[in-house]
Amino acid sequence: MSKLVPPAPLRRAKPALPWVLLALGIAAPFYLGAYDLNLLARFMAMAILAMGLVLIWGHGGILSLGQGVFFGLGGYAIAMHMKLADLPAGEMPDFMVWSGREALPVWWEPFASPAFALAAILIVPTLLGALFAWAVFHRRVGGTYFALITQALALAFATLIISRQDVTGGFNGLTDFYSVFGFGLASPGTGTGLYWLTLAVLCLAYLGLRWLLASRFGMLLRATRDGENRVRFLGYATTPFKTVAFAIAALLAGIAGALFTLHAGVVSPALIGVVPSIEMVVWVAIGGRYSLAGAIVGALLVNLARDAVSSAFPELWLYLMGALFIVVVTLFPNGLAGLLKGNRA
Amino acid sequence: MDFALFLNQLFNGFSLASLYLLASLGLALSFGIMRVINMAHGEMLMLGGYLAWLTLLVVPGGAGILLAVPVAFAGAAAMGGLIQTSLIRRLSSRPLDTLLATWGVSLILQQAARDLFGAIGVEVRAPDWLMGSFTVAGVTLPSARLFIIAVAVLVLGALALVLLKTRIGLLTRAVNQDRMMASAVGIDVKRVDFTVFCLGSGIAGLAGVMLALLGPVTPNVGQSYIIPAFLVVVMGGLGSIVGTTTAAIVLGVFSALAQMFVDVSVAQMLLLVFVILFIQIRPQGVVAVRTRQLDV
Repeated sequence: MSKLVPPAPLRRAKPALPWVLLALGIAAPFYLGAYDLNLLARFMAMAILAMGLVLIWGHGGILSLGQGVFFGLGGYAIAMHMKLADLPAGEMPDFMVWSGREALPVWWEPFASPAFALAAILIVPTLLGALFAWAVFHRRVGGTYFALITQALALAFATLIISRQDVTGGFNGLTDFYSVFGFGLASPGTGTGLYWLTLAVLCLAYLGLRWLLASRFGMLLRATRDGENRVRFLGYATTPFKTVAFAIAALLAGIAGALFTLHAGVVSPALIGVVPSIEMVVWVAIGGRYSLAGAIVGALLVNLARDAVSSAFPELWLYLMGALFIVVVTLFPNGLAGLLKGNRA
Repeated sequence: MDFALFLNQLFNGFSLASLYLLASLGLALSFGIMRVINMAHGEMLMLGGYLAWLTLLVVPGGAGILLAVPVAFAGAAAMGGLIQTSLIRRLSSRPLDTLLATWGVSLILQQAARDLFGAIGVEVRAPDWLMGSFTVAGVTLPSARLFIIAVAVLVLGALALVLLKTRIGLLTRAVNQDRMMASAVGIDVKRVDFTVFCLGSGIAGLAGVMLALLGPVTPNVGQSYIIPAFLVVVMGGLGSIVGTTTAAIVLGVFSALAQMFVDVSVAQMLLLVFVILFIQIRPQGVVAVRTRQLDV
């Protein structure tokens, strides 16, 4: 059983921080240049994924070291669509031509349709997440085992993409996009529009998760985290709760991946493998694993710091990252959100 | 199907299984008594590899590699002991946080190796008596791989002797069966934790020497073996040596045989699918712990 002290129920939490974040988010396009706004939008996309980790890790006690997989599924879905949308009908993306393919793979073809690509972003990660979680949880395998299996999933997924260069773009991933749903990506209006879209999705995800965590579902999820067998003895089947929570986190990761790919203009295995997947957990660990607003702040801060440090001193970043993992987890398990509330563990 | 190719892959499977076993024994031992996984365990392999390289710089030749084995064992055991006392002991009741904190250690150790020895890695020249190969019934058996299998069997035998015949082995088995009861009858549980952790890390260091015989030692050499080793622990069952050995052989042979039909990356995916299917049938692992405790 966990010795961590979860904070008071969410409904009673002081709502100041979310409002400040929202105000900053609305003000940003009027004060930031195009480059900085794009950077902020990328980090906000990552914050959407981070909130999914609050749901499963903070409140569900399910540590996933493979969120990059779902992030990647969303990212590759939109990237495949953009690759095809920019092409005259019947032609193949450049990298396929270079690797000597004769024809477009069958599973690429439907991605030419915007509706199919959108549906794939939402459905594929959710479905895969649900199937994977159910397969492990229904046999009552969890905890450390689950974390290790998710890490193996991240490794297998990234390796598979790298090795299938002719259909996935391999190590370089997919890049060089020109338009999305008819909007040119080079025009500044599209960048701002995508920023507002990301902010809207972030707010929706925040409100949805806040409601979910305050509901009976959230309560049972926390109960399952603290004493799964006791919840079973009370007559609840716990597997569906954990599976649904994991599927929602996978959905959020998929949406985050698609938005990130739109802002960054690239999706590649380097963004979704074992190391990036576990870094996603550190955003949430630093922000506060029980707090949605904390996860947003954590994702923004860590990525900002990474951007600042790793361009100047790439070696230093890994030491810093390692030290952050150790210090936060041992000394401040409730993260920044816990420090704000004053309940240092 | 070519029968000789099959036999060849079967042999490769056993040599891969030996590496998986050496890499996962330490994980399984400490998981059995502490319920925690050290994510920096892969870096114990790396450390063993670099220590082998350093030993061969001082003592070149065939004797060097034999000397490297105890050096790597002692070095990795010391590093493991340091991680255990400074970090893992403090987090013992939070297994998931232990994963994350030790991952931080792993990042730091990898970067430190990169700064000290360079990112490209160093080459250990195997002694002449490990360079050749035998051919039996059309199957080529490289001496280095035979040596690795022999070492794995020896380590397994030695470990079984320690666990079954020595006092610390008796205490380890007691803590493995019921930690609280063992503590109640006066066993110094923390000392057992420490000893087992050092022993497990030492075995990983030894595995690092074997990796050095197969290829260059790089800062992330441990990473390529550690994730299959995690899967071995998942499949093996709680801290059981028999279970871990069986799982290592099954997974090693499975992935070598799978590579006859598909490439390495697909084989890796199949390995994961295999483990997930396996826990559908036997979620408690190859060897189940018989207990009436609710939360094992």
